[in-house]
Amino acid sequence: MTPLENEITALKKELISMWILVQSQLNKAKDAMVQFDKDLAREVLIKEKRVNAFELKIDRDCENIFALYCPVAVDLRFLLAALKINTNLERIGDIAAGIALYIVESSVNFDVKALESTSLIRMYDEAVNILIDTRTAFEKEDTVLARSIFKRDDVLDAINENAPLVVAEVIKADMNSIPEALYILSVIRKLERVGDQSKNIAEEIIFYVEAKILKHLESSQKHIEGEED
Amino acid sequence: MEHTVVSASKFNAWFGDNHVVKDVTIGIEKNQVIAVMGPSGCGKTTFLRCINRMHELIPGATAKGSLKLYDDEVYTMNPIYVRYKIGMVFQRPNPFPNLSIYDNVVAGYKLNGLKMAKADMDVIVEKSLTSAALWKEVKDSLHKKGTFLSGGQQQRLCIARAIAMEPEVILFDEPTSALDPISTSSVEQLFHELKENYTLIIVTHNMQQAARVSDKTAFFYMGELVEFDDTKQMFTAPTDVRTQNYITGRFS
Repeated sequence: MTPLENEITALKKELISMWILVQSQLNKAKDAMVQFDKDLAREVLIKEKRVNAFELKIDRDCENIFALYCPVAVDLRFLLAALKINTNLERIGDIAAGIALYIVESSVNFDVKALESTSLIRMYDEAVNILIDTRTAFEKEDTVLARSIFKRDDVLDAINENAPLVVAEVIKADMNSIPEALYILSVIRKLERVGDQSKNIAEEIIFYVEAKILKHLESSQKHIEGEED
Repeated sequence: MEHTVVSASKFNAWFGDNHVVKDVTIGIEKNQVIAVMGPSGCGKTTFLRCINRMHELIPGATAKGSLKLYDDEVYTMNPIYVRYKIGMVFQRPNPFPNLSIYDNVVAGYKLNGLKMAKADMDVIVEKSLTSAALWKEVKDSLHKKGTFLSGGQQQRLCIARAIAMEPEVILFDEPTSALDPISTSSVEQLFHELKENYTLIIVTHNMQQAARVSDKTAFFYMGELVEFDDTKQMFTAPTDVRTQNYITGRFS
């Protein structure tokens, strides 16, 4: 392997490590929410610093590779994608920390029924699964899997769009649940962002592997226009 | 095409039995900078030397196919006229060692016995040296030998010598490979200025230079023109895997 290939391989490993950490943060924030486990939530907040450290390290590594190796073609596309994926992962890390922070600060436990009736748990599981699959797509350079993310993000968007009505029902059933219901709505909004970030990552994977730009296309168009010739 | 200056169609070149340029078809447009790159022995320099018929000066060298300057077949034109219209700058600066800076610039006229008034010659010298970004540096020492100049200045003197003949096209064969980074930078800057008036075809091993200076890039491999496209496209998303492997250093 050339020195540049070695650098890129190391950078890819680092991104995957960051991905695994962010995924773990998201899972722990969910467990902390469902079990109302403040210690676990605090752990997420502490580990958020590690996510931030990863982001800075990957940014610096990309900068060094640009300066020292002048990458072109697939290497250039990989680095541009890596920079953006890095930012997207860091934001997903922030979302996990945001969910955990509420658990730390809240005095009210959650009603598991409310979590289920609002589809929050289902949405959460799907958001985590999407994140896992983007990582697999990145590791295997699998653009078919990356493309599947666009449709799956539509599922998260649908839950998000329906959320105000569903949350209103929770409030109507029990007026004392307003703070809890608003928090559920806030988490749904955050998870919708996780879907968006994952979709951005999927676009970057396709850009890196196939040199195709799918940004700002409707998800149906992304399937048609983005597919391999 | 109206703006195509140099075009080749199924053009081939040989050294004896060695087929070094294979069925090259390309169209080079006016006022563009074209970078030609590829591994050693890929035929890029041979192709360049065919364009102004220097290839045939080597014993046993032959060529076949169509190679045109505008609508005229280069291989049916007078070779001396071809070299008026298609100038060339080489890897190492090669000013005539016994001639002054002034005489080097007008060497093309003098060596071909073209006579002109001193005043006209003065105009050509100043204009050519100015176009080669050398006038300010040498205007007070025009009658010193060209070889007293630095390597970068000598290369710009060679460019001035090529420009003096008012060519349509200037060929450059690795023009900065013998220069330091500062001289390289000044020659590269010159390419941007020269393309206003000329079409430049540059063979280079320096891919970053190709990326910096050219509008289009041609990639040769084993005598074939593998890919010819906008430089930006070539360096971000080349279409042929051989181009990608070469520019990313993964060539086996």
